[in-house]
Amino acid sequence: MSTSLLEVDDLVVRYPVPRGIVGTIARRPPTSVHAVDGVSFAVGAGEMVALVGESGCGKTSTAQAVMRLVDAEGGAIRFEGRDVTKASVRTLRPLRRRIQMVYQDPYESLDPRLRVRQAVEEPLAIHRLGGSREERARRVREALERVELTPPELYLERYPHELSGGQRQRVAIAAALVLEPALLVADEPVSMLDVSVRAGVLSLLDGLKRSGLAILMITHDLSTAARFADRIAVMYLGRIVEEGPAAAVVRSPQHPYTKALLSVVPRRDPRERHGGVVLRGETPDAVRIPSGCRFHPRCPVAEGRCRVEEPLLEPTAAGHRAACLLT
Amino acid sequence: MRPLLQVEDLHVWFDLADGGELHAVQGVGFTLERGERLGLVGESGCGKTTTALAVLGLLPPSASVAGRILLEGEDVLAGGEATIRPHRWVDVAIVFQGAMNALNPVRTVGAQIVEALELHGVAHGAAARAEAGALLEAVGIPARRGGRFPHELSGGMRQRAAIAMALSCKPKVLIADEPTTALDVMVQAQILELLDGLCRDFGLALVLVTHDLPVVAQLCDRGVVMYAGRVVEQGPVEVLYHDPQHPYTRLLFAATPDLDDLEGPVVSIPGAPPRLDRPLAGCPFAPRCDRVFDRCTVEAPALAALPSGRAAACHLTEAVVR
Repeated sequence: MSTSLLEVDDLVVRYPVPRGIVGTIARRPPTSVHAVDGVSFAVGAGEMVALVGESGCGKTSTAQAVMRLVDAEGGAIRFEGRDVTKASVRTLRPLRRRIQMVYQDPYESLDPRLRVRQAVEEPLAIHRLGGSREERARRVREALERVELTPPELYLERYPHELSGGQRQRVAIAAALVLEPALLVADEPVSMLDVSVRAGVLSLLDGLKRSGLAILMITHDLSTAARFADRIAVMYLGRIVEEGPAAAVVRSPQHPYTKALLSVVPRRDPRERHGGVVLRGETPDAVRIPSGCRFHPRCPVAEGRCRVEEPLLEPTAAGHRAACLLT
Repeated sequence: MRPLLQVEDLHVWFDLADGGELHAVQGVGFTLERGERLGLVGESGCGKTTTALAVLGLLPPSASVAGRILLEGEDVLAGGEATIRPHRWVDVAIVFQGAMNALNPVRTVGAQIVEALELHGVAHGAAARAEAGALLEAVGIPARRGGRFPHELSGGMRQRAAIAMALSCKPKVLIADEPTTALDVMVQAQILELLDGLCRDFGLALVLVTHDLPVVAQLCDRGVVMYAGRVVEQGPVEVLYHDPQHPYTRLLFAATPDLDDLEGPVVSIPGAPPRLDRPLAGCPFAPRCDRVFDRCTVEAPALAALPSGRAAACHLTEAVVR
């Protein structure tokens, strides 16, 4: 297997569930939520991979483990050949410089008291980079130019409240780029933005990817993932249920969950009103994961064996991988 | 027969803390027929929610309103609270985006629906409890779950409970303000399916307020596209998509990614909407329009009727019509 920039291998993330006072007195065994339960994928340089799924599927926990914002319970996360999960506090700092994050809400992620110049320069100060004042100023301007806030002079002295949502998200991306990361983790980077400016920010990320940056995008929006990502991994209840090239996953989905999700995404054309497969109920609690295939209680085509046998993520006839006993 | 709801030349101004005024809604008009589903669509700050709140007389005291809102011919705006109150919840009800905010966190959802029923004199006591159970069942919540508190329900279930409460007086119009925005794709599909069924089964007319064009395309008969406090185009959803007249409508569709179109360019509209706390000269979309010409920057186009039940506010269309 060729080595990718980021390799996530059988990642497990668990969160303890508070037992409460009654549980503690009754000495009930501690329980935990399996937020991520054996997830593997890779992101190469110049590649955008989208983790897609509904809330509670584990996509954000996966991203947080990659950033080492939460500790992995099991598995490995190799970045540039080193295991992030085992990095010490000392080796973590240079790692974090190479992996940067862009958050969903640019209204929350930017400090309202900092001017654009200060916000973009701050990461350099934190990582003690950039040398002289002139050098830092040059890097700040370069970062602003890369996010198409040009000419930089127009934006340097502004405060976040003087910027539109799209401009704010660009500043947040500039603050990530100023450290020259190899991997950008973007958690729902456009979902808080107006439709008319979303495409601009996504095209920007697309351009950064083409210039060699690796991007791991977390999103619930299949249309966006299909349009901009190279690969899509669909998650359900802590597992990847389907993974492959974006066009293949979207055009010939193999897993019943992926098929259902794709069928209910509203289309722009009113003539395309096909009812879709609306699944009943909601994603079950990750504390009580169903036996066998964890999707079987909601699956429209489940058979008896789906209740007992756990499917593995394996290549299908369509060429990409899916975790379904029936493919 | 008079239309169910007519909004005519609606204006809303908000007093600002600095003494200025924000002209949030600038002459909005539309008509809603019985059983019709209308999508009020636009981006943040376009005035769609303000318009919806004005119809229900739910604007804050800092707002001043002008224009006419006719409910089956009766101007409910004319007498302020006194004329709108008999119709609020009874004829027109609203469901908000964050169902958690619409529900009282310390009372069970069943008790809240019973309260709404009793307050409006629809039913009392055991009859009200039975009716509350029936309403919950109608929105897909088992009646026994009425004993749950809002925080014990999932986001989708809370939205269903809020819809049940809005339906307690059997209104003719349901206004749904971004009813699925905070929800997951599959839960959104469930709620849209529910709204679709309610409209069909109860002959309910729907005003769907949203930024999400595909949701309007899938659920509504007609769309009203708003920009900078004005209606820029309205018409049947099919013609809005297949033959948009206003550049904003066209660009908004083009900016929306679609699973059926993975190769086409995804467009972004440069710039930002104008500030509404100062007078606008010309067409409000002119600075961002890809087909702007001289006249657009000096003269605001009026919403002009076009064939096949549509209207657009664009100098280009006017030229075509002539």
